[in-house]
Amino acid sequence: MTTFAPGTFKPAPGRGSLARMLFVHARTEAVLTLRNGEQILLTVIIPMALLIALSLMSVIPMPEPRVGSAAARIFALAIISSAFTGQAIALGFDRRYGVLKRLAASALPRWLLVTGRICGALVVAAIQVALLAVTALVLGWKFPLSGLPWLVLLIVLGTLTFGALGVLLGGALRAEIVLALANIIWFVLLMVGGVALSVPVGFVHLLPSAALAQAMESAVVYGTAPDAGPVAVLLAWGVAAGALATRTTRLT
Amino acid sequence: MSPNPQPAVEVSGLVKRYGSKTAVDGLDLVAQPGTVLALLGPNGAGKTTTIEICEGFRAADGGTVRVLGLAPGDQALRPRIGVMPQGGGGYPGIRAEEMLNLVAACAADPLDPKWLIEVLGLSGAVRTPYKRLSGGQQQRLSLACALIGRPELVFLDEPTAGMDPQARRLVWDLVGALKDDGVTVLLTTHLMDEAEALADQIVIIDQGRVVAQGSPTELTANRADDQQLRFRARPGLDTSLLSAALPEGLKVREATRGQYVVEGLIDPQVVSTVTSWCAQQGVLAEELTVAKRSLEDVFLELTGRELRS
Repeated sequence: MTTFAPGTFKPAPGRGSLARMLFVHARTEAVLTLRNGEQILLTVIIPMALLIALSLMSVIPMPEPRVGSAAARIFALAIISSAFTGQAIALGFDRRYGVLKRLAASALPRWLLVTGRICGALVVAAIQVALLAVTALVLGWKFPLSGLPWLVLLIVLGTLTFGALGVLLGGALRAEIVLALANIIWFVLLMVGGVALSVPVGFVHLLPSAALAQAMESAVVYGTAPDAGPVAVLLAWGVAAGALATRTTRLT
Repeated sequence: MSPNPQPAVEVSGLVKRYGSKTAVDGLDLVAQPGTVLALLGPNGAGKTTTIEICEGFRAADGGTVRVLGLAPGDQALRPRIGVMPQGGGGYPGIRAEEMLNLVAACAADPLDPKWLIEVLGLSGAVRTPYKRLSGGQQQRLSLACALIGRPELVFLDEPTAGMDPQARRLVWDLVGALKDDGVTVLLTTHLMDEAEALADQIVIIDQGRVVAQGSPTELTANRADDQQLRFRARPGLDTSLLSAALPEGLKVREATRGQYVVEGLIDPQVVSTVTSWCAQQGVLAEELTVAKRSLEDVFLELTGRELRS
């Protein structure tokens, strides 16, 4: 028989500090993503391979300056990979393993559960873009520094918009279905969603993928603010997906 | 303590429907502070639905629920309660220690995670991802998460499911220690011995209704004429002869092959009659015992003997 000193479990309830909860939760989310090999393949290795291919293989049509254009597109792809596909798959399996219910049962407020996930995703996106940016610089990308604030802003906006879409998908369906759909959508957006290649079809510009790639191009290639059009498209998708996700996301 | 303390959990007239099926059908229960209440019932009786409504995970369709005097969904309640959901919960890739640290960060004055990991026998698995832990290990981690914040009230949904006997014993010891320190425990189980060993108050539910409640002693209390004398002897004895030899009102049957049961008021005279009758038949009455009703008898009587899915 195991015995415990009297008073070991004497109640002393109370909520932890919000800042510490947020920090530990966001760190957990980021560390789990960075430790996951499949996620790294999807969010870093494939984008980096594509960045190198688009920069060096002149058979692929790419506007000049070639490396800058490729970097803009691949930054957009990296954010789609982690915030949408990665987040959707992670959420699908987190629900399967009951972690949302587990955390919802703790003193962690619901809003913090969302904020922690967003902060974790932003950390991951920042690391991705940093690694890809270094690669692009090595390949000969000339970054106009006036674009830096816009780049940061677009990382945040892109992560929020695609994160909301990822939660919409990952929060409602079974994990296996999420896994399949999130990868298929990623591939479709990459090929015909205005990311890797410019697609001269009108409605493609209304896709969040094309909008993010186009906005990135302004910041990354020309160092200027993105046009209002792509930003409005991103915002619209993000707000709509977020509003819908709050109704459809289930804990398990 | 005041003579009429506010109940830790108070449920009255609780109703929950899933489509056309009524899972909980007018259920009442009261858990007093510092006591252990077990919701005992067969699978599908409505135990988990009831406990999840108390935890604030499901909305009731009718009735009232107060937890520590508050509505179950009240955010102020979260830090004060510890929850062990059925089947546990964790990020698939998280390590036991990381998971416990995360939940500990949500509490103002948590227990030491390292100590709790050791107590729950998870020291050998601190670096194992959650999805590779065994069912019993996941359950133990989940229990640790429920206790780490030093709550006043803990909800344990089937806390020993999937555990080996040693771990089960440990959970029983923990529940005892919680109660000794004044923590209220509301647990569900379909194991009679668990309810009998742990609970101050047992609420037996079936098909969403309370079919009996009371302390283990009350539930198994013998009415004077509700005892059993059991013995083992050669199969196929003529029980009507024994019946004739015994006083009026006692029933004799061969319950299973070679296992005889006499039911009614068992006094020394009855025992003596049975043994001498056996002697006359030239058989030895082996393993002769006089038993009171077990909780299992009560449970099966109330919830039926047929198996349910």
